Formats: sequence, structure tokens, C-alpha cells
Amino acid sequence: MAQANLNREWPLRRRDAVPKLVGRHEDFLIVAALAGTVRDCWSMTNDGSHAFAMSGAMGAGAMVAYGLAMQQPDRRVLGLVGDADLLMNLGALATIAATPAANLSILCVDNGMFAETGNQVSHTGLGADLEAIARGAGFAYTCTVKTEGDITKGAGMLRGPGPNFVLLKVGPEDAPDAQGSLDAVFCRQRFRTALLGHP
Amino acid sequence: MNTQPQLSTASRPWQEELYDLLKEFGVTHVAYVPDGGHRVLIDRAIADPDMHAIPLTTEQEGVAMMAGIHLGGGRGVLLMQSSGSGNCINMLSLISGGRFPFLTLVTMRGEFGEGNPWQFPMGQATPAVLGAMGLHCIRADTAADIIPAARAAANQAYYAGGAIAVLMGQRLIGAKRFW
Repeated sequence: MAQANLNREWPLRRRDAVPKLVGRHEDFLIVAALAGTVRDCWSMTNDGSHAFAMSGAMGAGAMVAYGLAMQQPDRRVLGLVGDADLLMNLGALATIAATPAANLSILCVDNGMFAETGNQVSHTGLGADLEAIARGAGFAYTCTVKTEGDITKGAGMLRGPGPNFVLLKVGPEDAPDAQGSLDAVFCRQRFRTALLGHP
Repeated sequence: MNTQPQLSTASRPWQEELYDLLKEFGVTHVAYVPDGGHRVLIDRAIADPDMHAIPLTTEQEGVAMMAGIHLGGGRGVLLMQSSGSGNCINMLSLISGGRFPFLTLVTMRGEFGEGNPWQFPMGQATPAVLGAMGLHCIRADTAADIIPAARAAANQAYYAGGAIAVLMGQRLIGAKRFW
């Protein structure tokens, strides 16, 4: 049976909207999870040392960002995750809300599909509302960015009190054509050296 | 009913010593899916103003969280029951692939004296599953074993960057009776 993807009705595009929402990316320690958001991150930061981008361990994004935020309470931490990564580990939202980190922001780039594997429609493309799930899990600060007019509100929330959850709905568009390191050991040591002064 | 005989040789219960050992190693985050065998550690972590005690919905969250804590320069420990080891398999790609230091304390089920057969499959597969994902397992089966085993594991994880699971056997923690 054909599955109509709701993402046809989402006018924003990730290559434009993600950098606009994040703004000065150097203000954040960034954790990016899986294909699309990893490319968003590589493109935005030029594979920067203040970002840790994971091209595997699906479902890890929100919790790696949370652990980092708990350990670095004086830094702003941005978890940049796709809808598929978050859907694989929805319980993370309940865990984060239960023991909140005020310096954590989750930006979920929701394109309604599993883009990396051939654009199969995802649960959000079929109607699941991740903002409602985040709110239900206990996030006090949530919003959905669906049009250009929502971007200012979303950008403000990412820099406001946390934990906050910003759901960015984007239509079908390939993630940026950027490439960074796939070596997790190198990326871990680079990140820690930049943050801590030692690997 | 707990089938474990009371051991009265230690001056303090080993559970208390185990918590003290985590503190000695500078652990500041205890993430857990509850298990009866971890009750003292969890209660002490919650009561400790200098410790973050984080309840998880699934053990794999804790694997990812430990990586984040390390990225931030801290030390955490993941507490789980052996049935949770299966929930961690792919997430351990992060630990093995990134060579993250990692310490988990695993209370075993499904083995010595287990009264619930539902626990047999995952409990008995736990050493193989964790080993297959690159963790080094250190077993402790008696009250005399557990503190040296935990110390060895903490040294390997926090000073040598190893990924270590301490398997706390049912001879140590006791087997719940189901009949």
C-alpha cells in the first residue's frame, strides 16, 4: 500500500533552516547522530572539534548529548538528532526529563523519512508528533518549527533554559554534501583535547 | 526468599564497600535500570548530594550516556541486570568503535540457582554477548571477590581506557525464589 509522506507539506529545507536555528554554532558543544544530522553538523562546523558526530550506534544522539551536558553544566550542549535516531530511543526523552540538564538543547531535524536508506517514510511522516512526545515525557520547553516565521522562536528556545526540545520539520532535501571524519577514536580524542586540553 | 547465606566475615557489607570504591575512583554519575542486587548502590547514589543518580528506561541509554560523560571529562558507571546486556548490543559499537573507557556492573540472572526460567537465555548469553561487542568481563562470585574485581575493573576502565563489565554472579547476590 502506498504511504503518503506528510513531509510534502513541510516547506522548510534543512540546509537553510538548521544553520539559521543554531546561529553561532561555536556557542555549543554539539553531538550529532546519524547520516543527515551528521552532514548538517559537518557542513555547519566544518567538521569542528567542538562537535562529536556519530555515523553509527543509532539511537545514541540524545543520550550522548545528555551525558555531556550533565558533565559540563557550564557549557551549552546541543544534541542534533534526526527523527529516525530519536524514534529508535524514545525513552531517552523520559530519562532526560526525569533528571533534567538545564544546559541541554535537543534539535530534532524531522524529514519524515529514513533518507539514508532510500527515503522510506518514517513514523513522523505517517503522523507521529515528536514534540508532543517530548512534552508528554516531561520537557517543559518545546516547540515545532514548521515555517520561516517559526525560526526566531526556535532559535530563541535553543538558547533558553533547558532541557528544551525543538522539532524542525523539513521537506525532502538531501543533507549537505559535506564529509568529515568517520574515525570515532580520532573524533573522541579531538573533541576532548579541544574541551579539556588532553585526549 | 534469598538463597544466599549471610556472610558475616566482612566488617561492612560488600555493597557499601562497592559504593565507596566508586567514590574513591571519582565516579560522579550512576545510571541504572534497577535490579535488586544493585539496591544499595542505587539508594546510596540517590542519597549522595555529590552523585548524579540517573534512572534509565533501557540500558542502552546508559551506554550512550557514559560516552557523553567521558567526552565531557567525567566518570560514570552503568548498573544493570544481565537481561539488560542484550539491550546494549548495537549501542556498544560506540564504546568499542570509539575506544571509550566504560565500566558496567552487571548483576547476573539465569544461572546459579535461578528460579525463573525466563531469565535463562539472556543471563546465560551475557558473557558471550558482551564479549562479542568488545567488553572484557571480570566475574565475581563471592563477597571476597567483588571488591578486588571491581577495583581491577575500575583501574582498567578509568586508567587504561578499557571497556569492562563486572559480572556479579548469583552466588554473590543470591537467587530469588519463584516456587
